[in-house]
Amino acid sequence: MKPLSVPERLAKNRFNLDEEESHIEVNQEIAKATGTGRALVACCPAHVYSEESDGTISVEYAACLECGTCLAIAAPGALTWHYPRGGFGVQFREG
Amino acid sequence: MPETAEPDFDVIVVGAGVAGCVTAYQLARQERSVLLIERGEAPGSKNLSGGVLYSRGMQEVFPDFLAEAPVERRVTRNCVTFLNAGSSVGIDYQDTRLADPVNAVTVLRAKLDAWLADKCEEAGVVVMSGVRVDRVLTEDAPAGAATPAANGAAGKRVVGVQAGDDELRARVVVAADGVNSFLAKDAGLRHQDPPNHLAVGVKSVVSLPRETIEARFNLTGDEGAALAVVGDCTEGVGGGGFLYTNTDSLSVGIVVRLDDLTAKKKVVTDIFDHFLQHRYIAPYLEGGELAEYGCHLVAEGGMKMIGEIIMDGMVVVGDAAGLTLNTGLTVRGMDLAVASAVAAADGIGAALDKDDTSKAALAGYREKFFASYAGQDMKTYAKAPAFLEHERMYKEYGELLANVLYGAFSLDTRPRRHLLSVARRALAHSPLKTRQLISDGIAGARSL
Repeated sequence: MKPLSVPERLAKNRFNLDEEESHIEVNQEIAKATGTGRALVACCPAHVYSEESDGTISVEYAACLECGTCLAIAAPGALTWHYPRGGFGVQFREG
Repeated sequence: MPETAEPDFDVIVVGAGVAGCVTAYQLARQERSVLLIERGEAPGSKNLSGGVLYSRGMQEVFPDFLAEAPVERRVTRNCVTFLNAGSSVGIDYQDTRLADPVNAVTVLRAKLDAWLADKCEEAGVVVMSGVRVDRVLTEDAPAGAATPAANGAAGKRVVGVQAGDDELRARVVVAADGVNSFLAKDAGLRHQDPPNHLAVGVKSVVSLPRETIEARFNLTGDEGAALAVVGDCTEGVGGGGFLYTNTDSLSVGIVVRLDDLTAKKKVVTDIFDHFLQHRYIAPYLEGGELAEYGCHLVAEGGMKMIGEIIMDGMVVVGDAAGLTLNTGLTVRGMDLAVASAVAAADGIGAALDKDDTSKAALAGYREKFFASYAGQDMKTYAKAPAFLEHERMYKEYGELLANVLYGAFSLDTRPRRHLLSVARRALAHSPLKTRQLISDGIAGARSL
């Protein structure tokens, strides 16, 4: 089976994108000071988080698979994360 | 007990997973009015698990479960493998007795949970999908009620839920909202879990023709295989890999402990790729097409994860209550969800009959759960998580086993030694000490 990139994998899933509202917000200062930023990049199976050249963490909330791993490892105050609004986000067909 | 507003339902269940659906179904069968709220577009659409359901408890709830429910395969082959970079040592256990009576089945949750929610509707549950519950509604507990400190949020009683601008009231709220349980946290029943008690599971569902699966895994008809793997599959990070057969797909994934992942500065998707491309895993997937990619947080603390599961007006069930169990050989969650749901429905029913849904009146849930086989198992394996945290489990043991077997099978024209002597020599060359082997053996025997 040929190796697929994370975006190629995500392209197989069905998402209902909430165009109006992101369910994820990073506090850049706390994320940087605590090292949470890099930990977020490493722990997310959907590569929602990436580190920009200036060290800030950008968030691609549309890719989120809603597992909650990021929230579990984030230092207090570094991350605001809740589920997307009802009916939005990933919709598993297999599960 | 005075209520400020008449409840809309006897019970509101939040989350249409295994725990939520079974709780709702059991309560509807008691003729209670039940609302089941699900944030996914349809029940099942937010739900994911590795894929093995130990199904006896479910069969007690739904006697025709195996014939009616969308189960994938009946697990008759269990393999446990220590995987090293260039070797692999495992136990391969196949047994026709596991097929009759059926003990475990593979499932895909988007399909299974949709079926469970249908059963709920047939039984009279009102199912509301596409609605996210934002928080629990609370009121001050009546003065003189059980010590406020013993309740989750100091002196509060849960009276319903809020979803957007809507407020819905019930005599009892059931938090079945999964491992992240925002409701249990909101109500003050659960706190942030330590990362050594949490793991992340990453999984692909890979489509393959059913004949290919049956040939590749040595299966007949709807028989299924469950492979559990430790060692090089997670690049030394605490955790393991799995490979389960569905009807015409495979569920393949890893589960890694968050504290170890962070400490070793590994990227979770690199570990997943490494597993999929491992020389002893890749051949199983050859020719397959990715159908879906998902992930899930796993509570691995066992008994330690179970905190308070009852407060005035609310109970917590399934993953939301931290009910998962890794015994080294079996990894369980869904059967515990069923057991907690059955116990919760009994406890809630008894409380509703008394017209008292205080924490004390709901205590039957906890008693019934810990009296069940599932609750007993949680106690029996209370020491398993700490044992499975030992670093050695994920590297040295697999290599030691392979070296002993290499000594036995590699006839290199030198005179043979007795197996015990080969084993001694392999141990001497291993970073493992005899003392560790003995202490791990004793600890393993006591905790697993």
